[in-house]
Amino acid sequence: MRPTDLSLAQARLALDARQISARELTQAYLDAIAALNPRLNAYITVTAEAALTAADAADTKLAAGQGGPLEGIPLGIKDLFCTAGTRTTAASRILGDFTPPYESTITRQLLRDGAVFLGKLNLDEFAMGSSNATSAFGPVENPWSRRNDPDTRLVPGGSSGGSAAAVAARIALGATATDTGGSIRQPAAFCGVAGIKPTYGRCSRFGVVAFASSLDQAGPIARDVMDCAVLLRSMSGFDPQDSTSVDMAVPDFAAAVGRGVRGMRIGIPQEYRMAGMPAEIEALWSQGIAWLRDAGASIVDVSLPHTKYALPTYYIVAPAEASSNLARYDGVRFGARVAGADLTELYEKTRAAGFGAEVKRRIMIGTYVLSAGYYDAYYLKAQQVRALIKRDFDLAWEQCDALLTPATPSAAFGLDEKQDDPLAMYLNDIFTVTANLAGLPGMAVPAGLDGQGLPLGLQIIGRPFDEEGVFAVAGAVERAAGFSALPGVIA
Amino acid sequence: MSVDIATIKRVATLSRIHVEPAALPGLAQEINAILGWIEQLSEVDTTGVEPMAGGGATALRWRADVVTDGGQAEAILANAPDREGEYFGVPKVVE
Amino acid sequence: MTYMIGDWELVIGLEVHAQVTSQAKLFSGAATAFGASPNSQVSFIDAGFPGMLPSINAECVAQAVRTGLGLNAQINLWSRFDRKNYFYADLPQGYQISQFAHPIVGTGEIEITLDDGSKKIIGITRLHLEQDAGKSQHDQHPSKSFIDLNRSGVALMEIVSEPDMRSPEEAGAYVAKLRQILRYLGTCDGNMDEGSMRADVNVSVRKPGEGFRTRCEIKNVNSVKFVMQAVEVEARRQIEVWESGEEVHQETRLFDTARGVTRSMRSKEDAHDYRYFPDPDLPPLVLDAGWVEQLKANLPELPDARRARYVAMGLTPYDAHVLTLDRETAVFFETMARGRDAKLAANWLTGDYFAALNRLKRDIADPPVSAEHMGELLDLIADKTLSGTIAKQVFEHMLAGEGAPGAIVGARGLKQVTDTGAIEAAIRGVMEANADKLAEYRSGKEKLFGFFVGQVMKAMAGKGNPAAVNELLKAMLAG
Repeated sequence: MRPTDLSLAQARLALDARQISARELTQAYLDAIAALNPRLNAYITVTAEAALTAADAADTKLAAGQGGPLEGIPLGIKDLFCTAGTRTTAASRILGDFTPPYESTITRQLLRDGAVFLGKLNLDEFAMGSSNATSAFGPVENPWSRRNDPDTRLVPGGSSGGSAAAVAARIALGATATDTGGSIRQPAAFCGVAGIKPTYGRCSRFGVVAFASSLDQAGPIARDVMDCAVLLRSMSGFDPQDSTSVDMAVPDFAAAVGRGVRGMRIGIPQEYRMAGMPAEIEALWSQGIAWLRDAGASIVDVSLPHTKYALPTYYIVAPAEASSNLARYDGVRFGARVAGADLTELYEKTRAAGFGAEVKRRIMIGTYVLSAGYYDAYYLKAQQVRALIKRDFDLAWEQCDALLTPATPSAAFGLDEKQDDPLAMYLNDIFTVTANLAGLPGMAVPAGLDGQGLPLGLQIIGRPFDEEGVFAVAGAVERAAGFSALPGVIA
Repeated sequence: MSVDIATIKRVATLSRIHVEPAALPGLAQEINAILGWIEQLSEVDTTGVEPMAGGGATALRWRADVVTDGGQAEAILANAPDREGEYFGVPKVVE
Repeated sequence: MTYMIGDWELVIGLEVHAQVTSQAKLFSGAATAFGASPNSQVSFIDAGFPGMLPSINAECVAQAVRTGLGLNAQINLWSRFDRKNYFYADLPQGYQISQFAHPIVGTGEIEITLDDGSKKIIGITRLHLEQDAGKSQHDQHPSKSFIDLNRSGVALMEIVSEPDMRSPEEAGAYVAKLRQILRYLGTCDGNMDEGSMRADVNVSVRKPGEGFRTRCEIKNVNSVKFVMQAVEVEARRQIEVWESGEEVHQETRLFDTARGVTRSMRSKEDAHDYRYFPDPDLPPLVLDAGWVEQLKANLPELPDARRARYVAMGLTPYDAHVLTLDRETAVFFETMARGRDAKLAANWLTGDYFAALNRLKRDIADPPVSAEHMGELLDLIADKTLSGTIAKQVFEHMLAGEGAPGAIVGARGLKQVTDTGAIEAAIRGVMEANADKLAEYRSGKEKLFGFFVGQVMKAMAGKGNPAAVNELLKAMLAG
């Protein structure tokens, strides 16, 4: 077995047993990056030397029997997490060569647990997008391609496109990512890997470049459900520096993965069955339902009546919060600056040059919906509809313990498809935004292939702070699906 | 609700983003399409519904009044595009 | 009688920004001390760096509640922070965290006293917590402004009054009274010249009986005197505009203290659209009613209550007023007066002690003689060890650093003589030495009594107890 063939859980055992050294493992990943990243463009920054130094330190710890849960595990870090001493770009020109003098809480925890950082992963600019095509550092290519059309490059999804592609192509053993409207689950599904967005407040947002504060959550993307559970444990935890962080103990998520679903009630939300849904996705969903029934769960039809309003609600709330969160990018204290005759010109030119088109669009929409005379009609209204969406879920939890839905309305699409129509792009998030609006945990698990051999995922949405329930259902789906296909581009 | 070019200009100014005059119509069109789609929220009856501010903690947690930060002028200024000694430099503002 | 300028009445409201006294800032752990070197008291949170998040300082919350209680105001157990969005070089986040829709403190009131002794209640609309901005310097460089973020994120209480004031004097009295309350409570040091308390003055004018006309706001006035001047000057300016047939436009102005005029702020922020919305990084601020009650129970006694108590102790209203102008003086007085004659203590403090402070250019916070020692001095007068006159001498020695009054009296043998035998002996001596004057006195020249008193005192080196001397002298002169 080659080093990059090992899953995270398997690598943990092999490192502890000294069957492989941390240095060997990290070197294997660095070699894979060197070979494949020029094509995939999953990494914006590779930190090879620092990775090897960290790997050597991990080996010392492992030899002394003092390794942490992630000791020597090579990870990619979405370039939205501030990493001390390493350039952090948010995939935007506006941050210039910004090198944070501080560490995000999550990356600090991963380092505490012994992880090795391979580099910073590509994403849609400021996490705004679902294709990774809005990055100022170029698009990311999905390591999967269509059987009948292998030359058409496909998107990996977004915004965590770099994270998903890197894990799928095995140029990272796991990755951090963030999810505001689906940015972990949708790219995971497009790339045939697993990803979970935990309950809002489970992971600290301190040191993560903010997009939409009431929706952003960090989470892992990894090869399978168990790997995600291991990573999420290290990433989670109460942080007093984040006032929205919730003070709850972090359970042993890994223990829930094999728990099974006997006796669980799985809800199937009827409104997620949308007009024009591709037959393959419909079929996979039915298949998923059957798997869970066979595994001993009972299936319940539920209704989430306000589902159709979730996307428009999201596209008011998220841009509004983003317009305010991105006001600090002004060329005064860090990042790139375009000179101006006066302060206003400095701001206007710096931001015009530094932000890409999608980011500018969303800032302007956000500014508009908050502006005088429109606040009540848009922002206030959206937050009220949001409360109704949450209430739908609260009522559903009286009838079921978790929900099963498709993860995406299609398989990965071409790099050149859909790009000029912002609205069409927004519809990618149709199944995922509800979990962000309601603050619920949601996970994508690869469940099958479409007619072109592209991966399709199923989504599990759980009760607040019941990631264990989500992992239990996801584990059952994973076992039943037996998804073992691999992408064309792989280490 | 359709927005005109003048409104887009005003929003661009509020956002401190310069938009080339030639680009204004295209931008207006894109934004109008999105706003038109968002309009459907007006269908929803939200009478008496408390707006949801977000997930997370339900009450603000308090921190002790102790100095735990600062004393790092170098780190604060290190990334400045225009550093003037111990200060950030910006084009002169006239009040 | 309402203050008028010609036919016009003034309508004045004040928004005071008071920096909260605390060790650390409102949403970060950086220090708040005044005068530090630039950008040395700045957290990455204060500087608006990527990914930074606010967390609230408990003491700042407590200080705001204490202030609200001191203003007899409603304390809102549930309040919320909103973002006020605008761009400026000293505002790193591009928004200020403030409270717009739901402030921590609601309506209250302050009683002011005017020069003619009359009192008036000024309404408080609200008090809320918000972040202060950094500081810009525009005069260090020909084409650049310099930004220092030390002040960015310091906690401010914005205290908004009702537009209840009708004259420059009322405005000045309000600011002075508010400042006094804040200093008494220890929630703000009120140093207007250091900028820890600043006033935005809203002025409009009207003909009596009218509703409100357009007002202008004069920003960042930093002394009581300037507040009163700015009101006067702005009111006159507006009257001129109205009387010339023009309309006053709502605008923000600055008071040019050198030229004594207000001028319009040249800023492109004319069309202010702050796009307030609840800050999604901060859950609501919830106060426990029991905790508020505790704060209330532990509030320092406020100036008005203290003044009333002093008057009840027997002090004149004037002395009570002088002694309670600031809390340090009141505390000094009470230490000095504890268990003693309050009036005597008041006289000594407002008389000799204040005169000495003036002379030595000291203040009560750094006293040349402690309140305890002053109290001991009063004891020595009360038990007749010292006469009033000798006590003044002893006080001078105390000022010179010679230590406790008891020790000085002992070392210098200044103890008053009340022993009748000694006094009689001294009187006999004086009578013998001034036989002619004695004869004149006995034949009716009663004015000479004072001469004899003086001679006896001189013979006793001032240590004779005046009452005893008077009594015995009268008897013995009579023959």
